[in-house]
Amino acid sequence: MPRIESPAELEAFRNEILSKRDPNKPCITLCSGSACHASGSRDVARAIEEEIDKQGLSQDVEIRKTGCHGFCERGPIIVIQPEEICYLQIQPEDVPEIVSETIKGKKVIDRLLYTDPATQEKIVHESEIPFYKNQERLVFGSNGNIDPKSIDDYLAIGGYSALAKVLFDMTSEEVLEEVKKANLRGRGGGGFPAGRKWEGSRNAPEEIKYVIVNADEGDPGAYMDRSLLEGNPHSILEGLTIGAYAIGSHEGYIYVRQEYPLAVENVNIAIQKAEEYGFLGENILGSGFDFVVKVHQGAGAFVCGESTALMTSLEGRAGEPRPKYIRSNIKGLWEKPSVLNNVETWANVPLIINKGADWFTRFGTEGSKGTKIFSLVGKIINTGLVEVPMGTTLRDIIDNIGGGIPGGKKFKAVQTGGPSGGCIPERLLDLPVGFDELTQAGSMMGSGGMIIMDEDTCMVDVARYFLEFLTDESCGKCVPCREGMRQMLKILTNITQGKGKEGDIELLEELSELAKEAALCALGKSAPNPFLSTLQYFREEYEAHIREKRCPALSCKELISFYIDPSRCQACMICARKCPAEAIDGGKNKIHIIDQEKCTKCGTCFEACPPKFNAVKKISGEPVPGPVPEEERTVARKSKKK
Amino acid sequence: MSEILLQIDGKEVKATEGMTILEAAQRVGIHIPTLCHHEKLQPYGGCRLCSVEIESRGWRRVVAACLYPVEKDLIVFTRSEKIDRIRKLIIELLMAHAPDAFILQDLAKEYGADRDRFEKEASFCIHCGLCVRYCAEVKKKFAVGFVDRGTRKEINFIPEIAAKECWDCKECFPLCPTEALQAAYVLCQAMISSAPASESA
Repeated sequence: MPRIESPAELEAFRNEILSKRDPNKPCITLCSGSACHASGSRDVARAIEEEIDKQGLSQDVEIRKTGCHGFCERGPIIVIQPEEICYLQIQPEDVPEIVSETIKGKKVIDRLLYTDPATQEKIVHESEIPFYKNQERLVFGSNGNIDPKSIDDYLAIGGYSALAKVLFDMTSEEVLEEVKKANLRGRGGGGFPAGRKWEGSRNAPEEIKYVIVNADEGDPGAYMDRSLLEGNPHSILEGLTIGAYAIGSHEGYIYVRQEYPLAVENVNIAIQKAEEYGFLGENILGSGFDFVVKVHQGAGAFVCGESTALMTSLEGRAGEPRPKYIRSNIKGLWEKPSVLNNVETWANVPLIINKGADWFTRFGTEGSKGTKIFSLVGKIINTGLVEVPMGTTLRDIIDNIGGGIPGGKKFKAVQTGGPSGGCIPERLLDLPVGFDELTQAGSMMGSGGMIIMDEDTCMVDVARYFLEFLTDESCGKCVPCREGMRQMLKILTNITQGKGKEGDIELLEELSELAKEAALCALGKSAPNPFLSTLQYFREEYEAHIREKRCPALSCKELISFYIDPSRCQACMICARKCPAEAIDGGKNKIHIIDQEKCTKCGTCFEACPPKFNAVKKISGEPVPGPVPEEERTVARKSKKK
Repeated sequence: MSEILLQIDGKEVKATEGMTILEAAQRVGIHIPTLCHHEKLQPYGGCRLCSVEIESRGWRRVVAACLYPVEKDLIVFTRSEKIDRIRKLIIELLMAHAPDAFILQDLAKEYGADRDRFEKEASFCIHCGLCVRYCAEVKKKFAVGFVDRGTRKEINFIPEIAAKECWDCKECFPLCPTEALQAAYVLCQAMISSAPASESA
């Protein structure tokens, strides 16, 4: 492949790619990201390749392994183009039928389609499934259409046209102004306006400047950055190069965690291809602008997502936040002006350049423009990655896209913003998502984690869980974080174990103030959030744990007991047989009793008891009723009485 | 170097550009307590005991005096209800590890801190990093370092280096506000001397 030397050559090459592609040729796209692999998409891919070969269709059908489609709950996903027939949860066994029926016979296989739970209607097209229909997939949409390892696929959807536009039709000031006008705010956590960050670096006198992609996604349950980097790496490279042009940088870094091998692989291939084609390296597209990108693999410390810690780590030192009060866009990596933006932020840049700030600002709220990708996980029917315009309400995301809470359970809270975010209760579900809105509600946007919790979730335990995560991930440099979190975790653990005492809430509040005010970095300053937001909205749960030794959600092991209601027990022996601790005494026709001494509170009996009997009870904050006297333990069977 | 005028505790203070609040205050005899600060070493910002309140461009916030550079018209409060609360809690947290350290006992008196507020975890080290940084920055030997992170973070001598460098130096000993450093050294010595001769040579 000869280098592309001008915008005209780029367009000519693009047309050549498109002219070689027959839009009517059947194309099977299969999601092949890390999450897809985990649900077996590699076996499906192999089956498709074999079957296509077997049926002699190799010349007539294209197979495209794309990035994540987002609807991970139902993966692996196949979309057959050009009809856009979407099949979900595909197993290798389904493949021969798909090839002969749908590819050859042009018939849709009903059983593989999505069924609308409300209407029982089968939905053929991916874009009409409610999960997708209610999204606005500006950034994430291409993921399902392109093979991330193919630069031609990216060019076929208009890739690198924004780069050509800035290099030839815009001055670097104009690029900066466009991004400022779009009011693009950082998608990684803080929501700092990207344009202002860029401007600071641009105006700094130093000659050497850096642009960096923060792909150190570390929030439990969040994987939008991984999916973008795996599924559409060129869009990030293009955004980064545009940013470099705007601030006058010639060297960029992608800081990605080692736990993301596929992202590392795909981004490395993308860099190599982009260099080959002339989108990276010297004299990009013949413009005279030089820019190189290097990939740096982080070892997976959560704190390295913090900007100064990331740069320290990039310099080859231990990833601890820098204590200095100076912005890294002025003095960052190796003391040079450095613009660090998150993966999703960079991916927005080509869109803004191509379609303009006016188009971009049509999406979103006053303070938060564009869309945001959320990773919707937890107690939700449609787990996956969703992209919505800023300003969409939490309720819309949870009900219309997420499909609500499984198992007929009640919604309790949504945790946003990762470990240092907060929990938002049901009464605030009509809150539009935006940087400022979420902060005002005591949580934050963070990088876009959204964990749904149902009525069985104990909010004190949630706070304890996140504090445990943060204590483990603290770098340990400053006292408010290292020592403060250590004590907060101890107190919260005690509370969930029934050892809470009066004054604990106040002490936790005091330690929270210390961390918020005096900790060295953002990790420490935001670490009390999980506690503060759960206290704000669920104070009664803390008080129940401390004062009544009761866990209202019936979740904290040390505070609950299992007990068999003698009036309901039918002596079926199911629970007794399943109990791993052999704690259930009972026999045929003999009411079962749980030996509280032996019980490990694993909940097996509770799950095992047939719903029609519903005899095993979970209780908290009250004494377990004493066992039925031996002589009354014979089961009186209603059916047999007759 | 241009001169900067700022206000500390209601007092007009002259400072030069590039100075920190701590340096400016020390120059005019205003005391700000510190644990991890040492004039021969780079500011560290670990103990946060030097936290002060500042008022700058209309808003008030807490910063570490050992790091925050002086600005024109900056207003600094080295003592306030909030600052005293922060310092008291920091001292109490550290006393869970080193309850008998003299410097902490003196500070506890000053700020009314309760040495027994938190359950004791007598690891003695308060992670001020003075030894680690002195060895690295002044002596350039790197004989003592931090290992692990967060609550598991500890100081440790590197036996291979310590065996060669430490016996005749020990300049870090008097820097340690607790006894943790010497304990770590003794431990390391024990390791070195118990190691087979071929390895320690």
